[in-house]
Amino acid sequence: MLYKQIIELVSHGTCVKCKENTAVLIIRVGDAFCRSCFKEYFVHKFRAMLGKNRVIFPGEKVLLTVSGGAASSSMLAQVQEGLGRDAPKKLRFIPAIIYIDEGGVCGQDPEKREETVAQLETIFRKTGFPYHIISLEQVFSLPSSVLEPVPGGARHPGGDYKAAVDQYIQQSKLKQKRGEASVEEAQDSLTRLNIYSPPSPEHTQTLQRLFSTLKTLTGFSDSRYGDVVVVRPMRDYSSKEITFYNRLFGVESVFTPSLDTKAPDKASIQRLTESFIIKLQADFPSTVSTIYRTSEKLHTASSPQNSSAELSAKCLLCLCAADTKAEEASAFQATLLSERLSVGKAQSDPAHSNPASSNPASSNPAGSCCQEQGCGAGGCCSTSRIPAPTDLKTLLCYSCRLTIKDMVTQMKEEIGEFLLDEDEDAE
Amino acid sequence: IRVHCGRGVFRGGGSQTSCDSFEFHRGEPSWDMKQLLAWIRVNLLKERPELFVQGDTVRPGILVLINDADWELMGELEYQLQDQDNVVFISTLHGG
Repeated sequence: MLYKQIIELVSHGTCVKCKENTAVLIIRVGDAFCRSCFKEYFVHKFRAMLGKNRVIFPGEKVLLTVSGGAASSSMLAQVQEGLGRDAPKKLRFIPAIIYIDEGGVCGQDPEKREETVAQLETIFRKTGFPYHIISLEQVFSLPSSVLEPVPGGARHPGGDYKAAVDQYIQQSKLKQKRGEASVEEAQDSLTRLNIYSPPSPEHTQTLQRLFSTLKTLTGFSDSRYGDVVVVRPMRDYSSKEITFYNRLFGVESVFTPSLDTKAPDKASIQRLTESFIIKLQADFPSTVSTIYRTSEKLHTASSPQNSSAELSAKCLLCLCAADTKAEEASAFQATLLSERLSVGKAQSDPAHSNPASSNPASSNPAGSCCQEQGCGAGGCCSTSRIPAPTDLKTLLCYSCRLTIKDMVTQMKEEIGEFLLDEDEDAE
Repeated sequence: IRVHCGRGVFRGGGSQTSCDSFEFHRGEPSWDMKQLLAWIRVNLLKERPELFVQGDTVRPGILVLINDADWELMGELEYQLQDQDNVVFISTLHGG
């Protein structure tokens, strides 16, 4: 650990900022801070994030999603402080808190869930902000199908809050349907990044797609949901900074297990990626900031904001750029081809026609049986009114396609004995 | 020397049971952090020790505070523990 050796060579008992007090922690590479200078640094970073990006304006409603964990609790504390009367240049928006209880998905014991909720309620009450507590099950009792892109704000009481939330809901949809944690597509910034920062990049096919999706999912502001903007003010904090701050300044947090708690490194792509990045970061402390900077520099070919013109530009499920308009010789085409070759007879059914079954070289994967751009609901020329699974797939990005495919397989296994044999239908 | 597992829960949980506050009385010779960690691994970590220790040191993502200060400022594993020292381990691995 070369950089650590360097630090050791330098005498660092004193705060690098005020040069007077004894340092209590080191952040980044060799920046030793005393308690008060650290607090100043931490608070300043938060204000600067909000001020620099100018996404939240005075008087606006802002919804704070708090999971109870270290980073969101820290964010809550920052908001409290920022709105406080004594704050210089105080923040001026109208906050409310939301907590989504995912205990049902994680198989948490009901008593424990209640206990957690009670603890959190105590914390929320102390802030004086209005708060809402809903469980994930309540969210899903809504009649909208899992594939409908519902803006985050529509689910929250009070309508037009600008949500300081990430793709919680979309990811939650996936998790709820899946039940047990198995291999998921790496669209998980919840546990790691979101507004509750410890960072790790998303995991997609090519480097370009990696960074363009990364920018959407980890950037400071995320406009996929239309009028509700997701803001991530904690993204630039390292987990060490957050943990130290909470410890030194008494920020309460409540631990809640998630789907990959206690999971070994290979339990999911998220776990593997997270483990990889953490280990890399330990030796090369600019890993994460480099990833951020690179993703910010790369421009997306079709930005998610152009959704009115091209339906297929946006993945139906995750609302990131649908990356499936690939060139003929791409790896994506190769996977499609091998999939078709190995699946076999299912493709000959006209109701599930796939244009690629005739000539792979000329097929447009983003097209549907209509050879048009998107097979929107009801606009399909296939005999069935309800879009067949194959058609829906064309509206999804690669990652979501794999997720849906896994889901369908799992569901079929679960209800296998109740399904009619497909052969009987075709005849 | 008092050792306390702040937060008590590591990515992977499990350590909740094995990390409680405890007093630690040692005579001569005094220990350094390396020895303390080795002791903890053997005596306290009932399940999944790899969630806490990695080789000689703690797993990346686990913060170690000695008397509320970052152990990196004190020489990490080489730090010699003294009487009345308070050691806290905090996991940063569970985000939220």
